Amino acid sequence: MAVKKIIGIETEYGITSRGKFATNPVSASSYLVNCYGREMFEKNTQWDFTDEQPGNDARGFLAETTLVPLIETQLINVVLQNGARFYVDHAHPEYSSPECGSPLEATLYDAVGELVLNNAMAKAKETLGTLDEIIVYKNNSDGKGNSYGCHENYLMDRHIPFGKIVDEVVGFLVTRQIFCGAGKLGCETANNDVRFQISQRADFFEEIVGLETTTKRPIVNTRDEPHSNHEKYRRLHLILGDANMSQMATFLKLGSTALVLSMIEEDSLLNGKIRVSNPVAEIKQISYDISLKHLIELEDNNKFTALDLQYVYLEAAQEFVMRGGGEFVGGDEIAKNILELWENTLDKLTKDPMSAHDTIDWVAKYRIIEAYREKHDLEWDSKTLSAIDLQYHDVRKEKSLSRMANLEKLFSENEIKNAEKEPPHSTRAYFRGKVLSRWPSNIVSANWDSIVFDLGEKSLKKVPMLDPMKGTFELVSNLIDESKTVVELLDKLES
Amino acid sequence: MTEREQKRKPTDSKESVDETVEETSATGSSISGQKLKAEMDDLLDEIDEVLEENAEEFVRNYVQKGGQ
Repeated sequence: MAVKKIIGIETEYGITSRGKFATNPVSASSYLVNCYGREMFEKNTQWDFTDEQPGNDARGFLAETTLVPLIETQLINVVLQNGARFYVDHAHPEYSSPECGSPLEATLYDAVGELVLNNAMAKAKETLGTLDEIIVYKNNSDGKGNSYGCHENYLMDRHIPFGKIVDEVVGFLVTRQIFCGAGKLGCETANNDVRFQISQRADFFEEIVGLETTTKRPIVNTRDEPHSNHEKYRRLHLILGDANMSQMATFLKLGSTALVLSMIEEDSLLNGKIRVSNPVAEIKQISYDISLKHLIELEDNNKFTALDLQYVYLEAAQEFVMRGGGEFVGGDEIAKNILELWENTLDKLTKDPMSAHDTIDWVAKYRIIEAYREKHDLEWDSKTLSAIDLQYHDVRKEKSLSRMANLEKLFSENEIKNAEKEPPHSTRAYFRGKVLSRWPSNIVSANWDSIVFDLGEKSLKKVPMLDPMKGTFELVSNLIDESKTVVELLDKLES
Repeated sequence: MTEREQKRKPTDSKESVDETVEETSATGSSISGQKLKAEMDDLLDEIDEVLEENAEEFVRNYVQKGGQ
């Protein structure tokens, strides 16, 4: 049985510094997070790591050669008033959106991440010397073989066998890049013939299934850490996506994936009929062909383009929504918007890929680079073109080339600004964000599924929030508003 | 090509959508083409104004520690 798709999206931002942090991205990232956190709270609310188990494998075993992901507890972490988490992961600042009740809401909170990073940079600028500067980029590769991720999380029914999810989702995941790829100059494997490719991340995938995220990256990650009721839910952790500058591309990525996963749960997705022969090779070959003509070989020896396969998934999703499947992705209206955007985008890409420049990042970027190259008569390996590629992902308003590319928007600047302080109403993130805004000095730490309160008693009080669909605006806003103190609120919740 | 012949046909409804799209854009294609070029020229000028000054150094210095 499908469950409502609670969605989160987390982005590791690329970071570069001038001056005192030039050689230390960890310090630069910490400085940014701290600047933002200090602005928000006198005392940062700490992240509570005690329940985290990133080494759990959804397949129920741990391969002997597997490197269990490390949790870096000593680094800076801030819980935000909108329920998000802003922290330092590896050598990057990372923003994890709050849990969202629909792909549309998750797209909004992904855009809020850019605002948070912008505000953090502005704050850092105020306090740093004139020679020091920290700048972040929302991309996934430095063009020199190093990659960092944009991960998606989808709540799923624990009863669906993990092997079934993998079997049915891989064909969708390797082909969806034609609309959610962010585009990249050149290639970071040994393939020197590639001038421009669709995806930032495709070069870095080596396995179909696995637990790792920093080496031997898998198309389907097996981290089994639901941050909720372990017997009821799984949190599918997808690490292969690109970070998108286009809100429409983010919405389509999250929306189409949420529909496909719901169909798998409901046994409505072609029962694994689309089985790609060599997904790891195909994810790269699809990325390398911007004409979208590459033929993908299936296990039954048939060959199709990525567009052909996406039309098959789209048609299955259209039937699914007609039968009421929209309820799992935030309702019929949102489902219809996803389907319409999906179909329009595939039609544009079929007719002339360049006509999707107003919504699809790789197309918008390619169009700029190709026009600039032609105008200035540049070679494909020109560093100016690489600078354009990089600066497409600059999140500063005045420097961002993606902003200049006139991409269609889903949200106004005001909506994004409001969501910086207001949590989603549809999930437990509402409770987390609101109690944090109201009683910051009573909260010692928080994580996805619990909050630790200091109520002035001898011991601290940990309040579990295992169900992501509890603690919503509908369920707790009146209680929060009516309570004068946090003690009163917790008493009311208990009774 | 046998491979292409085996290709699953998209549904009828999708084909009719395609035809409509082509008809509409055929009438306005030359106008939108010119408009697009003018827009691109403006955009390229704007890019020159904001592009990092020393592109070579900027790109060379952008080295990231790997992440997830």
